[in-house]
Amino acid sequence: MPAQRTKFYQVGSFAVGNRLLPIEQRAVQAGMERRNSLTSGHRACRGCGEALGARYAIDAAISASGGRLVAVNATGCLEVFSTPYPETSWQVPWIHSLFGNAPAVASGVAAALRAKGITDVRVVGQGGDGGTVDIGFACLSGMFERDDDVLYICYDNQAYMNTGVQRSGATPPAARTSTTPVPGNAFGQGKNVPMIAMAHEIPYVATATVADLRDLEYKVRRAMELRGARYLHILVPCPLGWVTEACDTIRVARLATESGLFPVFEAERGEVTDVTKIRRRVPVDDYLRLQGRYRHLFGDPPQTEVIARIQASADRNIRRFGLVD
Amino acid sequence: MDDKPFAITLGVGSSLANKTGAWRTERPVYLDRLPPCNNACPAGENIQQWLSLAEEPSYEAAWRQVMRDNPFPAIMGRVCYRPCETACNRGKLDEAVGVNSVERFLGDEAIRNGWTMPVEAPPSGKRVLVVGAGPAGLSAAYHLTLLGHRVTVADSGSAAGGMMRFGIPRYRLPREILDAEIGRITAMGVTLELNRTITDLPAAMRGYDAAFLAVGAHIGKRAYIPAGDSARILDAVSVLRGMEGDAGAPLLGRRVVVYGGGNTAMDAARTAKRLGAADAVVVYRRTRDRMPAHDVEVTEAAEEGVRMKWLSTIAHADGGRITIEKMRLDETGFPQPTGEYEELAADSVVLALGQEADLTLLSGLPGIEVADGVVKVGPNMMTGCPGVFAGGDMVPAERTVTVAVGHGKKAARHIDAWLRGGAYEPPPRHGLADFDLLNTWYYSDAPATVRPKLDVARRISTFDEVEGGLEESTALFEARRCLSCGNCFECDNCYGVCPDNAIVKLGPGLRFAVDLDFCKGCGLCVAECPAGAIEMVPEVT
Repeated sequence: MPAQRTKFYQVGSFAVGNRLLPIEQRAVQAGMERRNSLTSGHRACRGCGEALGARYAIDAAISASGGRLVAVNATGCLEVFSTPYPETSWQVPWIHSLFGNAPAVASGVAAALRAKGITDVRVVGQGGDGGTVDIGFACLSGMFERDDDVLYICYDNQAYMNTGVQRSGATPPAARTSTTPVPGNAFGQGKNVPMIAMAHEIPYVATATVADLRDLEYKVRRAMELRGARYLHILVPCPLGWVTEACDTIRVARLATESGLFPVFEAERGEVTDVTKIRRRVPVDDYLRLQGRYRHLFGDPPQTEVIARIQASADRNIRRFGLVD
Repeated sequence: MDDKPFAITLGVGSSLANKTGAWRTERPVYLDRLPPCNNACPAGENIQQWLSLAEEPSYEAAWRQVMRDNPFPAIMGRVCYRPCETACNRGKLDEAVGVNSVERFLGDEAIRNGWTMPVEAPPSGKRVLVVGAGPAGLSAAYHLTLLGHRVTVADSGSAAGGMMRFGIPRYRLPREILDAEIGRITAMGVTLELNRTITDLPAAMRGYDAAFLAVGAHIGKRAYIPAGDSARILDAVSVLRGMEGDAGAPLLGRRVVVYGGGNTAMDAARTAKRLGAADAVVVYRRTRDRMPAHDVEVTEAAEEGVRMKWLSTIAHADGGRITIEKMRLDETGFPQPTGEYEELAADSVVLALGQEADLTLLSGLPGIEVADGVVKVGPNMMTGCPGVFAGGDMVPAERTVTVAVGHGKKAARHIDAWLRGGAYEPPPRHGLADFDLLNTWYYSDAPATVRPKLDVARRISTFDEVEGGLEESTALFEARRCLSCGNCFECDNCYGVCPDNAIVKLGPGLRFAVDLDFCKGCGLCVAECPAGAIEMVPEVT
């Protein structure tokens, strides 16, 4: 059952809110009483996509669990900018242990709650792509295969941004990072963790971006309706690492999906159940040109064969997930 | 500081103590821009505002918003040429918002429910004489009444409405609609004196503190056409006027030639068709793209079987036939004769070559300046004679109902200020909300709705209204296609997309504020505002 789309109310459900909708159909983020689980004063960069994605996701999870929620955080930007000792930006019970063990800690919290007979408190694990795709990967896989009652959310900004933009297993081909200088990251490397999560045949796997709030909130709500291991992979552009304007964070996330480079879908028990169709398809150039990490592709002369390879991977996603009718 | 561990500067607590606003080099500022529809409206309606009220839906509030500027929504919804829709930004996205359809719906709704306009201003004790009960005169009378003045409208016609009654055929404007909207104005206390032709204005103005002249342009221009004795030559204004009298419809015959290229020519030809002409031909000396007639009129006339002869002039007219000379456009676009002739059967020739204003009532007034057959007025609509204002077709402007209504409103404001011994200062205009300021991603895909039209067979055999109105649900849908260009419509995007929770939502109808303690100035709110209602302004350090 895909996210319900509202039709013909000026902005339908593309915008955050809609004054013409009944209250119960409005987004969590549109509410004056939203939790702001990640509150002001955090030290994320201007226009940080991850801060935005984290607030979207955790606010929605708090709303879905009636405020009975524990968040477990891996090391990374999200943890560093929100909790420089001795202050915190979190307005939710929150724990951080190490870079590589957030899924295991989340499993432990879930086990402790079960041991105490507490059933209404839910557990969310969260981390960046570094802590999820690479360093915490074994713990994550274990959490999946044991089907622990945890929703794990990965905020994917496609590199280790906290330590200075080093390549991760989620860095896309041709992207320049501090460890993959020009010509950028190699083709044919990296891993697709949403697909790997699906291979564990867990109850729920979904991808989302900060450019489609209603879809993101729906997926958190859907995940919270289920028990067992659930995985949500959210694309969160990073102005610093992607070398984009601070004001382009949402635009670049939107272009990632509209070009087909980042397929937005949901899957249950290893099978894709729904995809978000591309609304206004664009060539990958539109997405790449906004970002300094791909600037070397558009020099004189432009590296057309590299761009064509990236376009081919977008086309493959479109074909594979049926993103265009 | 002393009681804190090494290198720690803050106590244990919330990050709210950390005022990240200090990082800022620019700040977002909310502003209102002028939407293109409002900018284009000759009557100065706040179109976006009433569309927004209609969306809720609160139709009565929307209608009252229209009525603040224009007392004729139901008439506008039928006869206005819709400059708002030409200017509409949505036209660049898919199709323009059907502003006119929604306005018509509101106007009809008001007539159906008997909504009225209360006069709340205290009586000023001043009296104003309005000459001419057309759209300009009635609009001025309406606005002056709302401002607390006592108004008398004198008109030489047997019924009020001016060209709305005697120039616009009833298949475009049914008379019950016209009567209802005029009746609403007289019910507000406007005195209407029909069949009264004013020739001596200074005498007529005794007992009045100011006058607004809007006598229109009712005299059909004549062109010299070499014609035999038996040729039947009429003018379009008289033909259309004859449709409203008791004398019965004018006799035009089976083959009618209309000479001219304006809206009046189209109406004359379409009327001839309805009166039973087998053939109605419009003869015009230029090409279609140079016709003054509006596209919608030309299209509807063609649908009804009116034939067009471009690049043609009438060289000679006789009983039963006319001779046409073909023309060609020279490099300046002026038609030049070619010496090629053809003949055309014609029982009558109707001249629709424009109208002139009858300005005899101005004789004996000091300071009046007339140029090109129209009266010169200042930016405050006042003639050279203090206290005498003028508007509508008798002053230099485009001659449409909507323009006249706008003149009446503008003149009323200036007359009001003049009567109170001051000057009316129009509020400053906001900068224009251009299409490139919008973020159109956020708007729903919604194709325009089309009004139902009477089928052609019914159109050419009756004077029934050609175009129908929208159902309530379609009108609502159409209103909700508005993009709210340049003005916040509370979509909550800024509130949602701020990574620092630095946008404060003030509640329904109250919009938003920026919490400058925490705003880092990233500009996401500006980039993702659909309406272009926020801008970044450099911080002054």
